[in-house]
Amino acid sequence: MDVKYVAELAKIKLTPEEAEKLQLQLDNILCFFKDLENLNTENIEPLSHVLDVKNVFREDVPRDSISKQDILNLAPQKDDDFIKVPKVVG
Amino acid sequence: MELYKLSTVELSEKLKNKEIDSAVLYTRLVERIKSVEGKMNAFARYYEKPCHLIKNKDNYAVNKGLYGLPVAIKDNICIKGKETTCSSKILQGFKAPYDATVISRLKGAGASFIGQTNMDEFAFGSSTETSFYGPTHNPWDLERVPGGSSGGSAAAVAADEAIVALGSDTGGSIRQPAAMCGIVGLKPTYGRVSRYGLIAFASSLDQIGTLSKTVEDAALIMNIISGKDELDSTSCDVEVPDFLEVIKGDIKGLKAGIPKEYFIEGLDDEVKTIVKEAIETLKKLGVEVEEISLPHTKYAVSTYYLIAPAEASSNLARFDGVQYGIRQSASDLADMYKNTRAEGFGQEAIRRIILGTYSLSSGYYEAYYLKALKARAVIANDFKEAFKKVDFILTPTAPTTAFKINEKINDSLQMYLSDIYTIPVNLAGIPAMSVPCGFDSKKLPVGLQIITKAFDEATIFKVAYSYQQNTLWHKEKPKL
Repeated sequence: MDVKYVAELAKIKLTPEEAEKLQLQLDNILCFFKDLENLNTENIEPLSHVLDVKNVFREDVPRDSISKQDILNLAPQKDDDFIKVPKVVG
Repeated sequence: MELYKLSTVELSEKLKNKEIDSAVLYTRLVERIKSVEGKMNAFARYYEKPCHLIKNKDNYAVNKGLYGLPVAIKDNICIKGKETTCSSKILQGFKAPYDATVISRLKGAGASFIGQTNMDEFAFGSSTETSFYGPTHNPWDLERVPGGSSGGSAAAVAADEAIVALGSDTGGSIRQPAAMCGIVGLKPTYGRVSRYGLIAFASSLDQIGTLSKTVEDAALIMNIISGKDELDSTSCDVEVPDFLEVIKGDIKGLKAGIPKEYFIEGLDDEVKTIVKEAIETLKKLGVEVEEISLPHTKYAVSTYYLIAPAEASSNLARFDGVQYGIRQSASDLADMYKNTRAEGFGQEAIRRIILGTYSLSSGYYEAYYLKALKARAVIANDFKEAFKKVDFILTPTAPTTAFKINEKINDSLQMYLSDIYTIPVNLAGIPAMSVPCGFDSKKLPVGLQIITKAFDEATIFKVAYSYQQNTLWHKEKPKL
């Protein structure tokens, strides 16, 4: 695993020391996972969800939701009716 | 009378009969917390005044009444208007804008809330040491961990700082701390209790459940929180029995399976002896016991530590400093995300997010994540086969009693292995309970795990209640 690359994908800034330490720890953990290679999973369907439930629908009727103001109040920075973030396009 | 020492069932009776006043009970409990919390650190925060109090007593359902009884809530279950942080720095200041379904149901039954309990950050851990608020201590030995990740809930109940508590269990996070603190911990079937308002860790594994002084207390709370919820599409429309009624059922002639793979190397000798004695006690009560095999148990930890971090890496992508929680400013958006997440997440959270991101990334998905999903199917099938032969399964809840603070925190694999007996249950989506079954030579509690097939909590309750009626382990209290 290339920890620096994966940290970039996960959007987490790491110092070089942190990256080095994590690299060692995660290589060790991935090594432990190798025992799974001994398990024959040919013709086994992957199980992503334990319950046999299909798409769940409800009646499409309008109902009250959490108010816009309640949500805006949680934002670290806001401007009027908007959540404010650093500039995205140059 | 030390009211805070009584069980939930005893107190709700007294409240119902107006022998005691809920405000008095609340005050006594706050006094208790103040006297021991300095040693324990079981709470992320607690409220000196009841955080919710229903005054209209006519609203109480007859068989479901809590009559103002205070409940402690793990810090990852949303209570409207209250800070809910998953004991993480990244959610400092976040006040939940809505109630989790379990909270609104408890409110409907007349509960108040004493506070939110400490936990491993985002439930990533087995010792409650990764919390932003520092470690919780085990009331049986303050130098030891309470287990985790619901260690605050378990320790609070064991130390009589809470009458009863809710927790969440993704790989053992209710049962393992319940065992290590000498109390009752129930992880219901996946889908039995709504997860709406539980801040997600691994959505295919997470389940809310109870931490309580007695089996009856768990039944009382489960009567309130169980059942289909249209706000959680994975909650199931399966009939909910009256657990307080079914609990009294006879266990004579029920068949128990003892999986041989759970009694091998890695299991502490004292724990093994104590659990075997508990099995003998159940035999005397008329349970038929036979050895069974769950042949793929050894793959469970690897399978879990691929699936759970993968789901976590996706679920925790939302914590980016935009909509809630803390923000580290930067001149562009990507750096703002990266700085915020580096600042807000602790080491174990970062480790799991990176591990999960890797196992889902292009080129590695099939070798890791997909392989783990197939292994999960194999492990779940082990249980299906077993339940063709037996009604329930008995195992130790954890391979050891509580370990020392700092003993395993720098060795992730050792920490992960402390969930070896609880993880398979989550992978299979089935219910399990840990009940106190004795103490080792250091006077540290040991838990017996009772596992059944999906939606058969009734059998768990029957077995656990019979066991508790015939033993006194749950009556012992730590000296604080």
